[in-house]
Parts: sequence; structure tokens; C-alpha cells
Amino acid sequence: MVNLLKASFLALSIFLVACATPGKAPQSLYDEIGGQPTIEAITDNFINEISFNETIYRYFEKTNITRFREKFIEHLCVNTGGPCTYTGDTMLRVHQGQNINETDFNLTVDLLVNAMKKAGLTYPQQNQVLKVLVPMRGEMLYK
Amino acid sequence: MSKSVIKVVAMSCLVLCTVPTMAADGKILTTAGLSQVEGSGGGGLVPWATLAGYDSRDETSASFFITDVNVTDYRLTSIGVATSFYDRVELSYTQQTFALPASLITGLSLDSEDIKQDVVGVKVRLYGDAVYSTYPQVSVGLQYKQLDSDFVASYLGAKDDSGTDIYIAATKVHLGAVAGYNLVWNLTARATKANELGLLGYGGPDNTSYQVMMEGSVGLLLSPNWIVGMEYRQKPSNLSSVEEDDWKDIFISYLPNKNLNITAAYVDLGTVATKKDQTGIYLSMTGYLW
Repeated sequence: MVNLLKASFLALSIFLVACATPGKAPQSLYDEIGGQPTIEAITDNFINEISFNETIYRYFEKTNITRFREKFIEHLCVNTGGPCTYTGDTMLRVHQGQNINETDFNLTVDLLVNAMKKAGLTYPQQNQVLKVLVPMRGEMLYK
Repeated sequence: MSKSVIKVVAMSCLVLCTVPTMAADGKILTTAGLSQVEGSGGGGLVPWATLAGYDSRDETSASFFITDVNVTDYRLTSIGVATSFYDRVELSYTQQTFALPASLITGLSLDSEDIKQDVVGVKVRLYGDAVYSTYPQVSVGLQYKQLDSDFVASYLGAKDDSGTDIYIAATKVHLGAVAGYNLVWNLTARATKANELGLLGYGGPDNTSYQVMMEGSVGLLLSPNWIVGMEYRQKPSNLSSVEEDDWKDIFISYLPNKNLNITAAYVDLGTVATKKDQTGIYLSMTGYLW
């Protein structure tokens, strides 16, 4: 049985290494998830999710939704490697003064995940989008 | 697994699935981890740096768990509660019941067929967030353990009937690391004198001082609700009379929501108190009260 465990550990290790090695030329995450139409669908779903969530909506009460939609699309596009330019404010400036707590931040992550799911992203694609956004958390939380 | 344990688990599942509003939910699903066999938040055999609840830094949480490890000749049941404060401090209390085979009970003329032990645990998160921080989340903890009776422990040559394990753990989730799937790993170093978790006492003829043991876990999130993985726990061998082996397991966990998790594992405990090849099934459930 020790051998079985050793064998399975080895198998998992090989699997992990194999998966970590890209086999073909890297395609941008932007293209992989379906480009601009998908980015727009995620954004519209996200706005919809927020508007139906009392806790999170109160952070957006004074938000110009048209502007938010435009800048959020640019933001997602740029960060997934798409051919866009971000013309909005820094993440710090956007979130400053809201004093966003950890619970509400994580709840918003859940809303974004729902938005991505409804836009047809697979679980691995959702994870990769979150991965590129995660480093910005420091500029959003408790500011 | 006894009928009463199954009943308790079934009832708990029912209650927790139908009352979804009670739990602290400030963390992302699965980041509270599982309940470790000594009551700390962790994997199954290994305490992790993550705390035992879904509390964010503005919340508290409480949970209870039942773990049943049924191997060839022995059975270990752990039942415990844990609370976690502001994603910073975790307190836990667990009672372990270790059922011995009939041959050992008659061989040693024991008046009880079980060895019972209480474990009180404290864990403090020192740094980071397993998902968000650049470096792994790091926590330190201790587990104070006390046997109800030292009869078996002293018969085998153990020095003490109580002891304190001290550990440091590092845990990291890598988003999208394996073909887009999230990978989680944990590494723990534990200073301990315990023989078989302390169920066979602390220290012995071969060693009376603290030794550092390495413990590790690796898991893959197949979906937001399913994790598969494996664990390894190095163990000391202080008793010359009975051999002690490292422990291993392969596990699958289901975390349907922030109120409940269920884990099944195949465990290989090696030789335990003279009985060789102790393999079997590990079942565990955690319910989050708030």
C-alpha cells in the first residue's frame, strides 16, 4: 500500500509538472475566454449582480454606471492581455474613502465569479482571471 | 463507523444545509479548510496555517467536527469544537477516543477498551492570506494533550501522560496554477514528544526530548466545491517496545457551502502499537455554526 501511495504521489507530481509546462505558443487569456464580447458580457453580468446585492450596491449608489461599465471593460481587457488602453483612475483612487472590508471584498469576488460563470467561462478560466486581478487587492481593501 | 456517529453526521448535514444564514462567511469558500484529527484547522492529519472558520478580520466563527478513522485493528474517533476570532486566533478543544483490538485488551488485561485523550489547541496567524498574499500564510500553534489514563502509556515505557506539540505552518493557494486549476499546499514543522499523537503517551526509552517532525499536504481544487489531495505526517519513534511509522493519506473533500464540509480519505498508518499495515478509511465532517 505504501507503494500505491508512492506511485500515486509520483503520478500526481508528473501530472502537475506536465500541466505546468505550456505545450504551445501562449494565447492571451483575453483571446482564450472569447475576446471583447465575453469581456462585455462579464461586465454587464457583474453590474447586474451588484445591482441585485444590497450589501455591495451601497458602494455603487453614487457611481456613474455608464462610466463604470466603460472603464471596467477596459480594465478587464488590459489585464487579460487584450488590445485596449485603460483610461480610468488607479485602483487606489477608485476605492479610496470607501473603507471596503474583507467580507464585502470577498462577496464582490463571488459576484464577479457569478458574472464570469454566466458569461460562459470555465472554472479554470475563472481562476486565471482572478489570478491577474488578485495583486490589486491591496489598493482596494480598507482604503 | 458506529450508527450513532452516522446519525449525528446525518442530522448535522440536514440542519446545516437547511439553515444557510448562520455562518460567518467573510472568507472565500474552501479557505477555512478542514478539521484536523487533533482539532486544529487544517487538512486531515496536518494542521494548516489557515484558521478553522470563515471569519474575516471583522468576524468571529465557531465550528464543530467529527472524524472517524477506521483501520485494520484500531479505530480513532475525534470530536471537537473550534472558534476563530478575526481571522487571527483559533481556539480548539477535542476529545479523542482510540479503540483497541480485543487481543491487546486481554493481553494487557485492560479494564477499558478505549484510550481517551483531550486536546486543547491554540493557533495564531502571523502573516498573510493563503489566497491573496504574495508569500504563503504563516501561523504558529500549540496543542496541549492530556490522556485520561496513563496505564497503556506507562506500560509501554512512555515518560508522561501529557505533552504539548508546538508547530509552525505555511499554506498557499496558487490560483490557476495547474491547467487553470487552483493548487493548495501546506508545510508544517512540529516539535513533539508524542507517541502516536500522544495516545501512547509522551517520550520513551529511546528519546525524551522534543524532536521536529515535518508534515505536508498538497491538494487540487477540481471545482469550487471539490478538493483532492494527499498528506504526509512524519512521526517520532520514542518507544523501543512498539514501532511507530509515518502517516499518509489520499483525500477527497466536498465543500457544498460555508456551513459544511465532508472528507473521505484512504489512510496508511503503517505499524501502530505492534499491529502492522494499519490501513483504512478516514471520514470527517465539519459543521460551521456561525
